[in-house]
Amino acid sequence: MARIGVLALQGGVVEHLEHLQRLGVAAGPVKKAADLEGLAGLIIPGGESTCLRRLLRIYELDEAIVERFRAGLKLWGTCAGAILLAKRVVDGDPGLALIDIEVARNAFGSQLASFNTVADVPAVAAAPIPMTFIRAPKIKALGPGVRSLLRLDDYHAAAEDDAVLVTVFHPELTPSLAFHRYFAAKCGLATAEVDEAAWRPADWTRHAPLPR
Amino acid sequence: MTSERYTLNAQLAQMLKGGVIMDVTTPEQARIAEDAGAVAVMALERVPADIRREGGVARMSDPAMIKEIKAAVSIPVMAKARIGHFVEAQLLEALEIDYIDESEVLTPADEECHIDKTRFSIPFVCGARNLGEACRRIAEGAAMIRTKGEAGTGNVVEAVRHMRTMNREIRQVCNMPIEELTGFCRDNGIPYEVALAVREVGRLPVVNFAAGGLATPADAAMMMQLGCDGVFVGSGIFKSGDPARRARAIVQATTYYNEPQKVLEVSMNLGEPMVGIEIPTIPEDERLARRGW
Repeated sequence: MARIGVLALQGGVVEHLEHLQRLGVAAGPVKKAADLEGLAGLIIPGGESTCLRRLLRIYELDEAIVERFRAGLKLWGTCAGAILLAKRVVDGDPGLALIDIEVARNAFGSQLASFNTVADVPAVAAAPIPMTFIRAPKIKALGPGVRSLLRLDDYHAAAEDDAVLVTVFHPELTPSLAFHRYFAAKCGLATAEVDEAAWRPADWTRHAPLPR
Repeated sequence: MTSERYTLNAQLAQMLKGGVIMDVTTPEQARIAEDAGAVAVMALERVPADIRREGGVARMSDPAMIKEIKAAVSIPVMAKARIGHFVEAQLLEALEIDYIDESEVLTPADEECHIDKTRFSIPFVCGARNLGEACRRIAEGAAMIRTKGEAGTGNVVEAVRHMRTMNREIRQVCNMPIEELTGFCRDNGIPYEVALAVREVGRLPVVNFAAGGLATPADAAMMMQLGCDGVFVGSGIFKSGDPARRARAIVQATTYYNEPQKVLEVSMNLGEPMVGIEIPTIPEDERLARRGW
């Protein structure tokens, strides 16, 4: 059965696994190249992009991901993941560089500027979608072939091309499953109907248990 | 602090999971830490090993120094306020750093009260030796917990003790009949509502990092295998012979904590570790973990 992987080097890994599991999508962590085997899609989660970029490089996971991408693997980057997928990074070096966008890192300021909002993204869901921005980057420019999914103020908050989805916010930190459902469809995977109101912020802890 | 702001603050800690937070005293050290893959830096004037050696009252660092470090890196910047010193915390919030550590490494400013963290918008991380201490800090508004290993010693034994104690007490809270819980909470100083949250999810309901005395990649991997969500390394990096190399090695060992072969590879030729101190040689009244309650 086709699966979606979550890059598990550092950051908000279990939060994505928890959302995918609720949708009934087969999912697992990706820590080494062999874990990419049989994946239809890969999520690069939030975390620190400088840390993730270095770990991707030294364990040669970057090359393995690019190779799979050329063979049809779909990608979604949230927050730091969006930075790693961008071809251009303001005052920084690109990571995987697989979508033609320019991003500015930590573009809102310190943690005191982190915020929640709700916005309509007609391409993704009929109902408004809650969004959590934590020390978020901004997508400042889109290259040819990249579509904006959500424009806010002076930046794009979500964008995509045929193979890559990027969001500067964290759908995995909200009750909403809309973006996970959208990415699963992009990967050709079916999803279940779920009661989103049942979600609680501490639900990630069930996927990070203490050792027995 | 609204519950929405508290959740946002706990969620920033979630994004640090699997990472290493490093003590730095200069912008140059901060850049070395960032390049090595640190997920955040703790800006302070003296690392715990120097505070321990030099003695005297240890206070919040010079805000100008913290500001310089903030300007030098793009990763989150944390800084320490004294236990109970709510005005130092107000200044750090005004400085717009990312996280405050209400820390026993500094000299406590109040021997009765910790900071009421619910009055702030900025997040706090606090140390804990056991489940009661962790839950009391959460009740006061801490959005992240860390063990309270003996800082500046290069000796991981106290952090291990704290993590094992927390894990044991969490197992007890989860497995006992509910009618025994009020008595257990009374005996162990655990706020009942927080105990119920622990019982529901089977662990602390917020991110819990290891801190205090970690000096090697193996120390970091051990704390991760004991169930920590990430690690702080204080004096262990910049008091060692080759800080950049050791910092990189600890980052890799924290990610691949369950793969001895990878931890082995990064443990070779790291140069001199920081000098360690045996805990029994430290007079009781100089043990930092005993500060706070």
